[in-house]
Amino acid sequence: MKQIRCPLNGLRNIDEFVYGGEYHPVTETADTDSRQWARQVFFHRNPAGLVIEWWCHAPSSYWFLAERDTRSNEMLRTFTLEAFLAMKDAAQ
Amino acid sequence: MALGLLKSAFPRAGAAHLPDRPSLKPSYDVVIIGAGAHGMAIAYHLARYHGIRRVAVLDRGYLGGGNTARNTAVIRSNYLTEESVRFYRESVRLFRELSNELDYNILFENRGQLTLAHSDSDLRNFRWRAEVNKELGVRSELVDLAEVQRRVPLLDCDPAAHYPVLGGLWHADGATARHDAVVWGYARAACRLGVELHPLTEVTGLEVSGGAIRAVETARGTIACDAVVQAVAGMSSEVARLADIDLPIHTYPLQALVTQPYKPVLTPLVSSPRWHVYIQQTSRGEFVIGGGCDPYPLYQTRSTLDLKEALCRGITQLFPFLAEANILRQWGGITDMTPDYSPVMGHSPVDNYFLDAGWGTWGFKATPICGVTMAELVASGQVPELIRPFALERFYTFDQVNEAGATAASH
Repeated sequence: MKQIRCPLNGLRNIDEFVYGGEYHPVTETADTDSRQWARQVFFHRNPAGLVIEWWCHAPSSYWFLAERDTRSNEMLRTFTLEAFLAMKDAAQ
Repeated sequence: MALGLLKSAFPRAGAAHLPDRPSLKPSYDVVIIGAGAHGMAIAYHLARYHGIRRVAVLDRGYLGGGNTARNTAVIRSNYLTEESVRFYRESVRLFRELSNELDYNILFENRGQLTLAHSDSDLRNFRWRAEVNKELGVRSELVDLAEVQRRVPLLDCDPAAHYPVLGGLWHADGATARHDAVVWGYARAACRLGVELHPLTEVTGLEVSGGAIRAVETARGTIACDAVVQAVAGMSSEVARLADIDLPIHTYPLQALVTQPYKPVLTPLVSSPRWHVYIQQTSRGEFVIGGGCDPYPLYQTRSTLDLKEALCRGITQLFPFLAEANILRQWGGITDMTPDYSPVMGHSPVDNYFLDAGWGTWGFKATPICGVTMAELVASGQVPELIRPFALERFYTFDQVNEAGATAASH
């Protein structure tokens, strides 16, 4: 069975994990108009290629991020949210 | 001598009803991206009923090599919303006449479809669907356990089962057909009317200026055109992105399998939303078994043991004799799932760029009506009434057509 390296629990079988959707920063506020809000809710990138996404290790309820290639199904790396945000800051 | 005899016995055996791939012209009236059943149906209707014959159908691969060949060939119209029932009802009607329309046998069989109820809430939901269906002239009814047993004698109806069968939604209009024949029939008829089929012609770019589509860039050259239709189930997001169009789609594989052949024992198509599994026996005797989508998005048609195990677990609960069956083939198809389990059809934000997308797990059964309505849209610029509810705009106005209950794993 395919395995995922959880930042908390190490290498575990994929059936212990739940997919949580594409990572997309939420920017809506009380003033966001409904059109903009619809974009945030329904319209994601859905790329054939590299994507950052949320995964949860269900037995420990632990959420983390992963980078995956949706053409090859290769999980390139996994990281905690903190590590991911720090990397993003460093890149900017 | 022997060879000569063979030749006369099999005149052009296996040879095609289709012309060789022509060279690509510098311009067409309409370019259709995707040579699946939808694309060919749209091309056929443009040529036959709207006099638009300068049409090129482009495909990265070959005719009907994508989800047309990978779906499980279920035809039905027992949906929940009025919009969907009207749309699929018309599609089922067109399917019945399709062999005559195309002069090509699509092996249409009106077998009926049975969706199994395993709980009180299933029964209530099915009752609701049956009432909506009946109101709109679609043959659906709630049936009790005795009727289920009569129609499917091999079904395990043990009341002590993990999910006992309580009854079902009987849909007399449910049917199946040979999916490859559908696209071959449309392609042959379209090409006879002058439509050009261009396999192995990948679209690499879309030229938009002044808010309208101007040209399609392909690996074999650029084509100027007045209108483009994208009909690329499984690649909708990526192709639309070439024109800077965002779609509300997530792309998942759906896996299916086929067993060894048996003598004919199962007439209707049977599905169990509770077990996430559905089954039909083909006219060759094999059992086609399919289920829900993979649990995470992917653009890959690989098969996995865990999904196959889940399908087999469900189907052997319903039909215990299948525990002895060998699996003959397995495959995956790529489904473009929308949030409301309904398609995205009609205009796009780019003028003269038309969408036939978001076909998730419900594309095959809509093939003929897509041909009719999309061709009408392209030819007239007016959105036909039947597909108005499926506009992309509905996601911005929160006016979705919710078919999650009538669609998920119950094709």
